[in-house]
Amino acid sequence: MNIVVCIKQVPDTTEVRIDPATGTLIREGVPSIINPDDKAGLEAALALKGAVGATVTALSMGPPQAEIALREALAMGADHAVLISDKRFGGADTWATSITLASALRRLGFDLILCGRQAIDGDTAQVGPQIAEHLGIPQVSYVSEIQKVGDRLQVKRMFENGYQRLSVPMPCLLTVLKEMNAPRYMNVGGVFDAFRAEIPVWTVDDLDVDRAQIGLKGSPTRVKKSYTKGTKSAGKVYEVEPQEGARIIVEHLREKFII
Amino acid sequence: MDISSYHGVMVFAEQRNGHIQKVTFELLGAGRAIADKLAEPLFAVLLGHQLTTQHSADLIAHGADQVIVVDHPYLADYRTEPYTKALAQIIDQVKPCIGLVGATTLGRDLAPRASARVKTGLTADCTALEMEDGSRNLLMTRPAFGGNIMATIICPEHRPQMATVRPGVMRKLARDEARQGEVTTFDVAFHEEDLSVEILETVIEQATLKNIEEASVLVSGGRGMGNAENFDQLRKLATSLGGMVAASRGAVEAGWVPQDRQVGQTGKTVRPDLYLACGISGMIQHVAGMEESGYIVAVNKKADAPIFEHADLGIVTDVNRLVPALAEELRKRSGE
Amino acid sequence: MDFQVRREHRLLIQMYRAFAQNEVRPLAKEVDEQERFPLETVRKMARFGFMGIPFPKEYGGQGGDNLAYILAVEEISKVCGTTGVILSAHTSLCAAPIFEFGSEAQKQAYLPALAKGEKLGAFALTEPNAGTDAAGQQCTAELQGDHYLLNGTKIFITNAQFADIYLVFAMTDKAKGTRGISAFIVEKGMAGFRIGKKEEKMGIRGSATCELIFENVNVPVANLLGREGGGFGLAMKTLDGGRIGIAAQALGLAQGAIDETLAYSKERKQFGKSIASFQNSQFQLADMQTRTDAARLLVYRAAALKDAKQPYSVEAAMAKLFASETAMDVTTKAVQLHGGYGYTREYPVERMMRDAKITEIYEGTSEVQRMVISAHLLR
Repeated sequence: MNIVVCIKQVPDTTEVRIDPATGTLIREGVPSIINPDDKAGLEAALALKGAVGATVTALSMGPPQAEIALREALAMGADHAVLISDKRFGGADTWATSITLASALRRLGFDLILCGRQAIDGDTAQVGPQIAEHLGIPQVSYVSEIQKVGDRLQVKRMFENGYQRLSVPMPCLLTVLKEMNAPRYMNVGGVFDAFRAEIPVWTVDDLDVDRAQIGLKGSPTRVKKSYTKGTKSAGKVYEVEPQEGARIIVEHLREKFII
Repeated sequence: MDISSYHGVMVFAEQRNGHIQKVTFELLGAGRAIADKLAEPLFAVLLGHQLTTQHSADLIAHGADQVIVVDHPYLADYRTEPYTKALAQIIDQVKPCIGLVGATTLGRDLAPRASARVKTGLTADCTALEMEDGSRNLLMTRPAFGGNIMATIICPEHRPQMATVRPGVMRKLARDEARQGEVTTFDVAFHEEDLSVEILETVIEQATLKNIEEASVLVSGGRGMGNAENFDQLRKLATSLGGMVAASRGAVEAGWVPQDRQVGQTGKTVRPDLYLACGISGMIQHVAGMEESGYIVAVNKKADAPIFEHADLGIVTDVNRLVPALAEELRKRSGE
Repeated sequence: MDFQVRREHRLLIQMYRAFAQNEVRPLAKEVDEQERFPLETVRKMARFGFMGIPFPKEYGGQGGDNLAYILAVEEISKVCGTTGVILSAHTSLCAAPIFEFGSEAQKQAYLPALAKGEKLGAFALTEPNAGTDAAGQQCTAELQGDHYLLNGTKIFITNAQFADIYLVFAMTDKAKGTRGISAFIVEKGMAGFRIGKKEEKMGIRGSATCELIFENVNVPVANLLGREGGGFGLAMKTLDGGRIGIAAQALGLAQGAIDETLAYSKERKQFGKSIASFQNSQFQLADMQTRTDAARLLVYRAAALKDAKQPYSVEAAMAKLFASETAMDVTTKAVQLHGGYGYTREYPVERMMRDAKITEIYEGTSEVQRMVISAHLLR
């Protein structure tokens, strides 16, 4: 079984702070990590490899430094890694990203594609299903368990209020939840091996992809503006009767979309 | 793509087991406002099996001008392919300017697949939608970067302009039985291959969280709660907010709450969307475990309690009278 | 001296840190308070390759270098001094000398199990009357045909009853003094070998520290490590390497205490302000980190020299001297900055302070390090 895991290198958004003076994001010193849902996908692939045998390839699209995320994948036990990196892919939205990844996946070949449910920097959850559409293969998202049964996969698909057990033919694409497993640590020797391994870097020229559909200019959506939500200042304190306090709380929670 | 031929606003009417989901009515509310601004119709797409006229009537009463229904056994339970096929074919036929889908675990599976099939862009998990003045661009605003920034996205040259919209954000319209609308059926030619994914089992359950670290809402009590009975009130409040009860070390040591609920230096570190601190003074050992929470509300009768320095909202009052009042207030609001 | 932390080391640090935070830190308090040897952690470390970092893959190791190994000791020691010394004693004092001084047959026989962490190693040199003066060995090993008859007592032995392989030093020829000392590989379960009294210690309380008692233990001639009479030199060379490990442990303790103090000083408020906003705290923290970084450079330099197969004995002594005294100084300041809370077991800095003290004592006291360094200067 050929498993390809799509991984994205992301800034650890839990470490991101807002500069109180300028109201902008402080990106400096924020560690780059493998997106947590993607790392769960990698663990799921390695677990399948252990259980039924598989070749696991980690695939990432990003700037040259995303290579380190692939080295980490190798150090965890992936067999191969491929980086898609080219300035011409820059500024891609989920459509252009999924078009690009789909072309790389066609070149790699696959029985199973695993993606994380969503990336913690973009939170779109769109690239996986869009890849599946471009490749014309079935998808299941929000997956929390995977088992190989015969020539199909049995998966547990989570909903807000329950779950389904589904049987999926291969080839297919699954997007997985980080809650599904605890990714293994890298192995010390694996780290040294990972840095000896060669990671091919594919550019536009290595892929059979429509150049009108990649990068910023191939992206249907664009960012009109972005802004920070304002920094946290000392909150308001009201000294009131309990009834009034309850009313104030509900009002604020509604304003903040918490309820 | 000739974008001038696309008109109107389309809302995907999500139903599960024959129940139209709350987010659908919220989308109709938002869609109605946009459609009115454009002076174009609001369509609702209802997919399922053994749907009733009441379903369509509900959608019209909440703002839809036209309900497009596909009723087919293949659509009885949600499956990506038949739903994608139906929605994409309707979009290709109706050519709406805007397409809205709830950002639920169903909508976020369907929308990217369907948008890719009709070759347009999609903006995920929006919390604000408005038409740009002087253009037909929909301004789709969404949080990104772990909620640290907000981004406004446009889709200027592709149609429909599609977005998934976070549940609970948009306001639904009051039900209006007098509202008129049209119901049309739409035929989709399904094939057996559309059911390549087989449903083995469907289980509906109340989400049961086990760890306070996983809860998105924590109602946390301290020594100020006074006794174990008052903690029962907190439990009720937590349930109505879809969250869990947590506690300070003081409350744990008093034996009112088990140790696995303790937040702080010697307990757990949590970062829920909402942390409601009830009768907690806010010793640094406690604050260390919860200060990263998204929104912190503190209730304490002492105005000089340090917890207020860390709270986004503070209420100085008798916590044991506020908690039932808050539960009642929430009950009233949800009934609206 | 040219050395650098390479990209693979940075990725390793990331892994060590995650492991230390998730697997080691949660147990640190309990391990200390209950004087409990964290055997489950040792097994986990084995699974991810910690127990054989600097040894070649052909001997079951990870194919890494000494820098990679001491980075592991540093990261682990940031959260638990006990676990740090278990790793250091195993690697530097048992597996390393077998790798460096063992015959091919000895390496094949012992190294893979040690490097994979299937077996734990220990080092037995110290005796009741032979501490800093290691030459005063009273343990004896008498050649009797195909085996040596080992007799005597060792004390303060790290990993003690949890170890499987022991490197034991004994006099094969008393008349020759230090030149009469030899090194032996002793296995757990050899008849006449037993564990004696367990020490109750001030710090690193989870690491088992016991007496080893040998009564007419038959040790096969094949288990003689190095040549007969070469034991003292072998022990000294082994301790040179061990000192880098202990220096890394001290470094980790110092950095761990700073990390705790940084977090605390931002949280803790006095006179309406966080204590981090007081200049005294700021200056103390600046000094603590500067000293710790200086120690770090000494420690990494010593490891890099060992990796480059250059002499490193003096540099190792300097690294251990400076890092251990830094650890003591920094952890003491950390307790002070924590105030009354720092003296309680609610915060880990008091444990770090107790753990730090031993780094000035074992594997050569600070005084011994000064002797090594000055002897080199004045030769």
